[in-house]
Amino acid sequence: MATLQLKNVIKEFGDTHVIKGVDLEVKDREFVVFVGPSGCGKSTLLRMIAGLESASDGDIVIDGKRMNNIGPAERGLAMVFQSYALYPHMTVEDNMGFSLRLAGVSKAERKEKVLDAARILQLENLLDRKPKALSGGQRQRVAIGRAIVRNPSIFLFDEPLSNLDAALRVQMRVELARLHEELDATMIYVTHDQIEAMTMADKIVVLQGGVVEQVGSPMELYHHPRNRFVAGFIGSPTMNFLPVDFQDANADGVQVTLPGGQDCRVPVNGEELTAGARLELGIRPEHLSLDDNGPMSGRIQVIERLGGATSLYVQMDHGMITVVADGDIEHKVGDTIHYGFESFRGHLFREDGLALESLQRHPLTAIDRQANRAPTDSGDNP
Amino acid sequence: MNHSTLKRFAIGLLAWVIAFIIFFPIFWMVLTGFKTEVDAVSDPSLIFTPTLDSYAEVQQRADYFKFAWNSVIVSFGSTILALLIAIPSAYSMAFMPTKRTKGTLLWMLSTKMLPPVGVLVPIYLLFRDTGLLDTRTGLVIVYTLMNLPIVVWMLYTFFKDLPRDILEAGRMDGASTLQEVLYLLMPLTLPGIASTGLLSVILSWNEAFWSLNLTTSQAAPLTAYIASFSSPEGLFWAKLSAASTMAIAPILVFGWLTQKQMVRGLTFGAVK
Repeated sequence: MATLQLKNVIKEFGDTHVIKGVDLEVKDREFVVFVGPSGCGKSTLLRMIAGLESASDGDIVIDGKRMNNIGPAERGLAMVFQSYALYPHMTVEDNMGFSLRLAGVSKAERKEKVLDAARILQLENLLDRKPKALSGGQRQRVAIGRAIVRNPSIFLFDEPLSNLDAALRVQMRVELARLHEELDATMIYVTHDQIEAMTMADKIVVLQGGVVEQVGSPMELYHHPRNRFVAGFIGSPTMNFLPVDFQDANADGVQVTLPGGQDCRVPVNGEELTAGARLELGIRPEHLSLDDNGPMSGRIQVIERLGGATSLYVQMDHGMITVVADGDIEHKVGDTIHYGFESFRGHLFREDGLALESLQRHPLTAIDRQANRAPTDSGDNP
Repeated sequence: MNHSTLKRFAIGLLAWVIAFIIFFPIFWMVLTGFKTEVDAVSDPSLIFTPTLDSYAEVQQRADYFKFAWNSVIVSFGSTILALLIAIPSAYSMAFMPTKRTKGTLLWMLSTKMLPPVGVLVPIYLLFRDTGLLDTRTGLVIVYTLMNLPIVVWMLYTFFKDLPRDILEAGRMDGASTLQEVLYLLMPLTLPGIASTGLLSVILSWNEAFWSLNLTTSQAAPLTAYIASFSSPEGLFWAKLSAASTMAIAPILVFGWLTQKQMVRGLTFGAVK
């Protein structure tokens, strides 16, 4: 059992407000990812949970107990650092067993526990090595092993994959997901990489400027971003934003005029809109499709061919727009193309950046990551 | 001979010349110690009949080993004491800095700019009243205070180079502050601590001002031993040289043996 609650947590360094009142609930065995641009406070928040930074105000509650004034080691957490932070003068075995040594665990028992963790991470052959004789991926695994040995109630990861090369990162991502299954532990993971967030999280917390912008499952964030920031941050390439003219709103949605002059009804709730409201249409590059009769058009400026898909950067009258098209299209730079989208794919944002609520929830948002898994024999997740 | 070997040769030659200029006085001192008093003043030549007379006379007049033992006690004692105080101080300055840390460090260094003679009278009086005059304890205290700013500064720069994450990982693993320092900080910065300690030993060993003013016989270290040969009956160059050679020999050998450690420590941060 390991739950975490943050209640109006605030962090100030002098006059700088780094965390401006965060409320969050992490359930048992959940994989929660803090994501946001650099400087958004995600690492600070994690360090506050770890006990390495003190909270200026608010409550940090682990398993129902307020932990604000309790030291890092007594919180029952383990942390994996971005730099791995292995002890350079100790062997892998000593690195992993350090916490047990401090706790006064006998040598035999220590060895056994270290071996158990090493087996999970396939580190058995490296136990006698010093960190400098290990590759980046191996160091990462040792750092995780050190966390596992402590048998923590919550694992904390601070951008653990950002020092690895792309191929290794994908591999470690899969391994971490597997580890989460195997250890069945609560994990909190900080990253600036939204792909890591999307692929691993049960729940994503999007932070910006010390404020939680949205909390939700990956599919919820993707399909129902609460505001323009989340919409732009989640998804790659990033969402396109077009200024549109508001026509009217009814039970079927909001009627707007696209930059090309054509009308479009987006199925969102526009009850509160008044005439002359300024709106922005958000549409993801992968939801735009090439269509000779499409309502919008522009000239191709740059083509990026990825093989399976092609990104087209298209100049429209009001600015650039990105279209993700099939990998096999034969267009060239300078061609004029027409494109459109299915209206339910559109998002509308008010002038203050908040999204108008969709009239229909996307079906995938109801399915959380648990359902993507093979059923476990106990099936005991509440 | 091409251009780059010529350049290397020139640099090498220059280095040898500089090294020779620096080393020459020591060389000459050692040489003079083996001369007779007459040879020492009259004949500045390399060819002479070596004799141990000066050494014998010097040893007759004063017990070298007593002074040497005082030097060892005082320089190592003050170094150990300085490290004991400086390691926790530098730790807190490097890893828990406050707004005033930089200022404190600068202030500490600024105390080195004060000429020692400026505080001679108050310290002398303090020592007289507390019975510390001519005691090894007194010298240890003075040397500790004298070297503390440099020791803290050096340790501070070494500690600063240690990634914070490693200590924080230790804290997550349950290390107390003491365990953090003993099991992580000290082993990882050992080259730096060692070279700082060596420097402190050398500075204390060579210190003359305080040892001459605060000791007379009981606690006098080798610097006082040399000085005792420099005046009373006029200058006896051979005896003075013999005494000086004996005084610097231990620290010279010590420096020679530890030079690798010294250089490694002093370039610790630079080449990581």
